[in-house]
Amino acid sequence: MKRTLILTSALVAAGVAAQAEELAVMSWGGAYSKSQVEAYHKPFTEKTGVTVIDVVADNPATPIKAQVEAGNVSVSIADVEYADAMALCDEGLLEEIDPSIFADAPDGTPAMEDFLPGAVTDCFVATIVFSTIYAYDDTKFPDAKPTTIADLFDLEGFPGKRGLRKTPKVNLEMALMADGVAPEEVYDMLETDEGVERAFAKLDTIKDEVVWWEAGAQPPQLLADGEVAMTTAYNGRIFSAAVAEEKPFVSVFNGQVYEYDGYVIPLGAPNQERALEFLTFATQTQQLADQAKWISYGPARKSSGPLVGLYEDGETEMGPYMPTAEANLEVALPSSVEFWADRNVELSERFNAWLAN
Amino acid sequence: MALPSHASRLERVWHYTYLVICALIFLFLIAPILIIIPLSFNAEPYFTFTEKMLSLDPTGYSLRWYDMLLTLGMSAPDAARDGSWWADAWANSTWLRAAKNSVIIGFFSTLLATFLGTLAALGLSRPEMPFRRTIMAVLISPMIVPIIITATGLFFFYSSTGLANSYLGIVMAHATLGIPFVIITVTATLVGFDHSLSRAAASLGASPARSFFKITMPLILPGVVSGALFAFVTSFDEVVVVLFIAAHDQQTIPRQMWAGIREQISPAILSVATILVIVSIGLLSAVELLRRRSEKMRGLSPG
Amino acid sequence: MADMTATPPEAAPQGLQTADGRPLKAALAESQARAKRRAFYLVAPLLAFILLTFVLPIGQLLSRSVSDPRFIEHVDRSSGEVTPIMTGLRAWFDDNPAGTEPDEAAYAALAADLVLLADLRGQGDVGTRINYEAPGTRSLFTKTARRAEDLQAPFREAILDVDEDWADPMLWQAMRDASSRFTANFYLAALDLAKDETGKIVNVPQERQVYVMLFERTAILSVLITFLTLVLGFPVAHLLATLPLRYSNLLMILVLLPFWTSLLVRTTSWMVLLQSQGVINSTLVWLGVIGEDGRIQMIYNQLGTVIAMTHILLPFMVLPLYSVMRPIKPAYVRAARSLGATSWTAFRRIYLPQTVPGIGAGALLVFILAVGYYITPALVGGADGQLISNLIAFHMQNSLNWSLAAALASLLLAGVLILYWLYDRLVGIDNLKLG
Repeated sequence: MKRTLILTSALVAAGVAAQAEELAVMSWGGAYSKSQVEAYHKPFTEKTGVTVIDVVADNPATPIKAQVEAGNVSVSIADVEYADAMALCDEGLLEEIDPSIFADAPDGTPAMEDFLPGAVTDCFVATIVFSTIYAYDDTKFPDAKPTTIADLFDLEGFPGKRGLRKTPKVNLEMALMADGVAPEEVYDMLETDEGVERAFAKLDTIKDEVVWWEAGAQPPQLLADGEVAMTTAYNGRIFSAAVAEEKPFVSVFNGQVYEYDGYVIPLGAPNQERALEFLTFATQTQQLADQAKWISYGPARKSSGPLVGLYEDGETEMGPYMPTAEANLEVALPSSVEFWADRNVELSERFNAWLAN
Repeated sequence: MALPSHASRLERVWHYTYLVICALIFLFLIAPILIIIPLSFNAEPYFTFTEKMLSLDPTGYSLRWYDMLLTLGMSAPDAARDGSWWADAWANSTWLRAAKNSVIIGFFSTLLATFLGTLAALGLSRPEMPFRRTIMAVLISPMIVPIIITATGLFFFYSSTGLANSYLGIVMAHATLGIPFVIITVTATLVGFDHSLSRAAASLGASPARSFFKITMPLILPGVVSGALFAFVTSFDEVVVVLFIAAHDQQTIPRQMWAGIREQISPAILSVATILVIVSIGLLSAVELLRRRSEKMRGLSPG
Repeated sequence: MADMTATPPEAAPQGLQTADGRPLKAALAESQARAKRRAFYLVAPLLAFILLTFVLPIGQLLSRSVSDPRFIEHVDRSSGEVTPIMTGLRAWFDDNPAGTEPDEAAYAALAADLVLLADLRGQGDVGTRINYEAPGTRSLFTKTARRAEDLQAPFREAILDVDEDWADPMLWQAMRDASSRFTANFYLAALDLAKDETGKIVNVPQERQVYVMLFERTAILSVLITFLTLVLGFPVAHLLATLPLRYSNLLMILVLLPFWTSLLVRTTSWMVLLQSQGVINSTLVWLGVIGEDGRIQMIYNQLGTVIAMTHILLPFMVLPLYSVMRPIKPAYVRAARSLGATSWTAFRRIYLPQTVPGIGAGALLVFILAVGYYITPALVGGADGQLISNLIAFHMQNSLNWSLAAALASLLLAGVLILYWLYDRLVGIDNLKLG
């Protein structure tokens, strides 16, 4: 037996040695991962010869946390939401990132002034602003079209299955906004027990009609398969399905919840030097702008904004699809990092009990 | 099962109803497995039979999803299909990498499970084996214990011993899961094994090793091989343990399918499924042939 | 065996002896012990392997169910260094019996402990740990630790000023509980129970009760699936057992092929068949049985789980039934018929009783496998088709409440092992057949 094991190890070791240096980056899969592969991974490989491996997870913050807690970290970099990065950083699960590694803007503006406010923290560097919106299949609603967040919860006016992400985050906010709470009051209300009750009560009204999704690639698929008539989704995914695959999907930005998303290095990650090199490379002005060529997320640097032009098909103007476009910000809520960093665990527990009952 | 000639009318009706019910159950068993085969040749990205497919129009069918199995993950999928394109596919194609991992892990875990399992089955089938029943229960338990418990247990154990994210770890885990099958099949072969044969060999002066290789081995070989096939299938089909303890570079076919199913079940998943169904048909035929051979051999052996 | 030579008859008066003059009894015992050892040596490597790679890890997992020391010590994740934390507060708990109203000394200890905690970045861990016992309190720790440096005496007021929830007696009871290294609280939680502020065991509020319901659901669905496999498996096994071998061997392939086909493949097939745009719904629409809007939801709910699992587990029912039915002689039933029994009576009184061992074996096996199912419910179960395994996976991978996951796992494992023991008693593990 021993000999077999040694043989296995030897074979595997030989296999690994023969391959080029690799850097594993964990991200969200689907159209989003593709945009990163095109804008960051491929150019980085070209420059350094290091192969960047795209590892997919539903929400990378979760496996990262488990890996660090258990003490076996397999990826060098993870792409996580701002609030998750904050919570992980608070718990000491991430490596700190020295902000001096980030490149200045081409016009000489220091990096720290070039990034959007709050985009760089102790352990996190934002690459995009993304938003959770809801989208519907145009063919399902030939007459009146859904236009406001309240319509997502209006089963009578707009019958059909709904897709929602299987987390309390965003759903609670949207439920309150649909219930008539102004965006700026949402988090104050969620701090109180009554507010949480109210949000769950609103979710109760559609609970029976909901198909829950976990991976970002699922909602466009659910829409395409006709499993749901309307679903919340990351705005870039719907954009990609609608523009690249010419699906009849319409995004509704009313009641959108937007947030940063970016890179972190898990504590004890392998190959950290390369990881930092990758972060420096990927967060340059041009790279961030390039990503927006592939998916409709706003770059996290001011200097990247003007460089964002057309979608890779060469004809679609990206501007109006960005979460930060003025028309899209009328009824919009910036996700509260502090709220979710503190309350995610408790509310998830409550949410799961609600879901199972 | 033929109906006796004196059967009453009611009995006749019942008899044919019964046959129809059985036919429907067989359909329930087999149809879901066969239905995906034609659908994997769908030219459209849907899971239903399109008009064109139903009218057997060749343009309704295509190999695009099989092609996708090769091209997904390649660095230059659109290049001309020459030697370097194939080299690229061999090195980078996501599914080919998964297939390679599945085969490597399956092979070594089968080897380990078969070796240890056969040895143990030989011991267990001896009448003088102490604590036979208890030990047997322990050795079969990996088949019974819910896989999620095994996987979480291994996750912590491997994390603390450095075996997580290694091929060795997965091979050991899969061997553990395959062992019950080897033990069951090999002990089943040994049940009919006539121990007087080895005694005869010994009395004729054969060393224990010689008697094992000349007498025991050929007789139990069909059981060992079908146990090995079971162990291989167990590993080849296993996803939960891989989900918990494997890193990104040890992704297997089922792990890749799991990711694909949860994200989007494009017919590409169906083409993998079709290939796997064909593999299982092959393995099943092998086991059936072995079983018949074994029965024949044992029919010839005295006792 | 070769040492068991015949005893010379003349040795009989002194008790039986072997040829070399030793007492036969001793020689026999020795030879038997040697045979035992030899048999055991063959099994030993595998036994050691299984103990190491299977029994030990599971034991280790289960030991987590009674302990989560995150309120007692902080482990630095990069250096592995262990620092005792909450020492002041724990000392206060030792000095004051349960139920004592926390005084200024308690709050002062808490404030000092929080300062150390903020330094170590341990507030998230401690908050998470206490949150298990007193839901909704994690943010108190993160929030207050952030401001711990600025807290001034009187500490009671200062801390209550940050958040008045600190006065909650439940919270203090939870911190007291978390101060001991070993706890049964995770088992309580796994049964939807909790301790109230006086330490009495009570039900958790209605909206948080999940686990008992999930254990029940797992049991009910498993019984249902077992029943369905029996209903579907019985006629098929009967047909296979009564057909001539030539045909039954052919038909048997239809049972064995699903058995050999990847679980994921079979689950995928059911997704393809049952989706609202899937084969079955589309066929029904095409036939005009249902309208385009009337597509039936057959998947991502309990129905999906039941259908797919019944299909997947059916071979495990058919095979044991078949192996019991095959040897039943048709002559018995014929005899009953010739004695005037109707075919139903003959079946019920003569045939059925003989198949009971097969039914028992199949049902137990299917039930044991069903209660532990994970993959299929995860993929086709939607929200209400999830089983207890899925929740264990959730606590393992998402909420990272590993102690609760371990407690749930040990309850599930206990149930499975009892059934397994029953199976061994009634059927015998040796009789497990695989095609």
